[in-house]
Amino acid sequence: MLQIKLVRHGLLTLAAAAVVALLVLQSEDVSNFEYIQVAAYVCAAAGLTLLIGVNGQLSLGHAALMAVGAYSAALYLRSGSEDSLASAGDLFVALLVGSVTAAVVGIAVGAVAARLRGPYLAGATLALGACVVGVTTYFDHLLGGDQGLTMPLTEVPAPLSAALTSYQWSALVSLGTALLVLFLLTNLKYSPVGREMAAVRDHEVAAQLCGLSVARVQINTFVVSSAAAGAGGAILGVLYLQIASPGAFTLFLSIYLLAAVVIGGLGSMRGAVIGTVIVLYFGRLIEDRVAHLGLSTAQTDRLAAHLPLAAFGVLLIVVMLAVPGGIQGTLGRIAPRLLQLMETVGGKK
Amino acid sequence: MRASSRRQVGLFRRCAASAGAAALALGGLAGCGGTSGDATAGAPGVTEDTILLGSTQALSGPAAPYAAIGKAMTAYFDYLNEHGGVHGRSIELKIADDAYNPSNTASQTRKLVLQDNVFAMAASLGTPTVSAVSDFLTQNKVPNLFPTSGSRVWNQPDKHPAAFGFSPNYTIEGKVLGTYISEKFPDKTVCFFGQADDFGADGLAGLEKVVKVAQKQEYSPANTDIAPQIGALKSAGCQVTVSFTTAGFSALTLGTAARQDFKTQWVFTGSGFDIPTLEGFLKEDTIELTEGAITSAYLPVSTAADNSWIKLFKEINQDYNGNARFDFNTVYGMSVAYTVAQALERAGEDLTRDSLVDAVAKGGIRGPMLTPFQYSEDNHSGASGTQVYVARAGVLEPASPIYTTDDGDGDVVESTTPPAEAPQDGLPQ
Repeated sequence: MLQIKLVRHGLLTLAAAAVVALLVLQSEDVSNFEYIQVAAYVCAAAGLTLLIGVNGQLSLGHAALMAVGAYSAALYLRSGSEDSLASAGDLFVALLVGSVTAAVVGIAVGAVAARLRGPYLAGATLALGACVVGVTTYFDHLLGGDQGLTMPLTEVPAPLSAALTSYQWSALVSLGTALLVLFLLTNLKYSPVGREMAAVRDHEVAAQLCGLSVARVQINTFVVSSAAAGAGGAILGVLYLQIASPGAFTLFLSIYLLAAVVIGGLGSMRGAVIGTVIVLYFGRLIEDRVAHLGLSTAQTDRLAAHLPLAAFGVLLIVVMLAVPGGIQGTLGRIAPRLLQLMETVGGKK
Repeated sequence: MRASSRRQVGLFRRCAASAGAAALALGGLAGCGGTSGDATAGAPGVTEDTILLGSTQALSGPAAPYAAIGKAMTAYFDYLNEHGGVHGRSIELKIADDAYNPSNTASQTRKLVLQDNVFAMAASLGTPTVSAVSDFLTQNKVPNLFPTSGSRVWNQPDKHPAAFGFSPNYTIEGKVLGTYISEKFPDKTVCFFGQADDFGADGLAGLEKVVKVAQKQEYSPANTDIAPQIGALKSAGCQVTVSFTTAGFSALTLGTAARQDFKTQWVFTGSGFDIPTLEGFLKEDTIELTEGAITSAYLPVSTAADNSWIKLFKEINQDYNGNARFDFNTVYGMSVAYTVAQALERAGEDLTRDSLVDAVAKGGIRGPMLTPFQYSEDNHSGASGTQVYVARAGVLEPASPIYTTDDGDGDVVESTTPPAEAPQDGLPQ
């Protein structure tokens, strides 16, 4: 059964990769630039949905884990010579370094998180999310304080440099990484390890009675989730912003990620992707609308800064009340009925 | 091709449809974003009758007091456009809010360049912010004219051939302030308080070239509690305290010091000590708290009613800027806009990014600055000096001649070139 899933997921990922590649190749630089951000957030949201949806933990501090990924990737890339471009090899190692470092930090955070429940867990992870600025300022000689660490620009590898712009290359790497993360996490979810995670989520005592160590499973999940967030952070820092600075990893980002997985549908990787896209573009859509309302500049600025956040709040409440399964859950419920309806309609003909 | 991609879409409907859906949704949204500036002329952002410039400004966040700069720039360009523009082209300035957050600057600047296709960046605000995009701008050959920052990093013609500074850098300002301190207060304990980035570090470097600094403290703009630092300065017995702070933190510094009863001779960087701006924070305590504080200026101060530039800018402020509060930011915004327009004027009718860079590097641009710019092929620094002022009853009064120097080990000397007068019609020459 698992093998069938593995093969199917593999094929689907490859198909998705083909579509993504086509999309990237025919998109302009500005669109590809935005795909990089989508890819970065998708990685983190996928990790978060594993943590929250599959394992039943909570994190309000995933932006901090993304920061770990971005800063460690920056430190790795800056250890090379300063003025040269980063080669493809460096780039892949940097993404890996970001992911692994975040996973290591995830062990410590996960060990704490496994002891906490409910509001205490929320509080502890919130503190994690809030400490980014403090840590980067305290270690400003290493981490550059508020100014952050700029990174060398990445170089399109020689055989491809004639065919690809640097944004196409960056978008391919980012979206490829995101697909890889989705593939790995989806398989994990359906593997025995994933079932242990779900068992712990559904009933801790029952899971213990089956011989599972609840704490171990929770820490493992946190580590995997952190690794995904770290990869996302590294993409955001290295390929999107080309700088690691605390301003990119605020509490808002953690909340946005949470909103993305809830709106998309808890526990579903597909939902994480849909939720991320909604979260990223919903806010921008509102800002755009506000700009066209014809208000004074001061009012526009104030509204544009606050209205998207307020709208997210409302959207979250509505989703929780009306469609607790999120978009993915709703689709999953509606789709079979639609199919049935279509079949009946088709049959009558 | 089409059929096969449709088949693929069908294929991954079940599981990975997410990726495709995301991608398609994105494609649609990105498509409606649109790309403006279909250049009929050679350069991006330049058409027969318009030039599109971009700028990142802090309209919100910790440096929001500087938001008036962008509005003043727009006001000057409106004035200029109504009077014929530059070589028949009107200048359009697109301002993006980065909230003084380098991460936002990074994404906003990329949107201005990749999506809006701006011809050049003009007077983007901040040292940490614009530093985050220098490499990107250089890679895309976008001129980075006159960032609103006194950092030395803009002067790297080899690395960033299309970047030019504007104000005298903080090291020059630090040297001038240090010189004044060593003459006026030769035996006092001098201390330093500054922002924990190049802004503070460059100022300190200049100061230390001239005087000995006994105690150094720094702050991060993200943390508004500076009581510990002020306490440390107080216990070190600082008699003269040089403060390289942004406007909001200058106000915070004065307020925190007053609360801790810390009495010292304050010396502020000019970029963080504009009394009308401070008044927005300190309200009715402004005059008392700023009395006797020393600062320096590289542009005519906003209260100098007789200055020809101030007269010109006041008129423009009234007619094109809704008579906004006339403070340093307004003077600065209009000055930098004038200088940008001057560079565009000198770049000639066949405007390209190269011709603009050459026009600035050739030297000779002057504008309202008290001291000449240092522009040449191998020097992209801005103006070369400042004048020391003292706050008396809420007004800045000149306390020294106009000094010039460099950011190396050169002496601080009196400027021999008098400041330029404003042109009669207020249009760039």
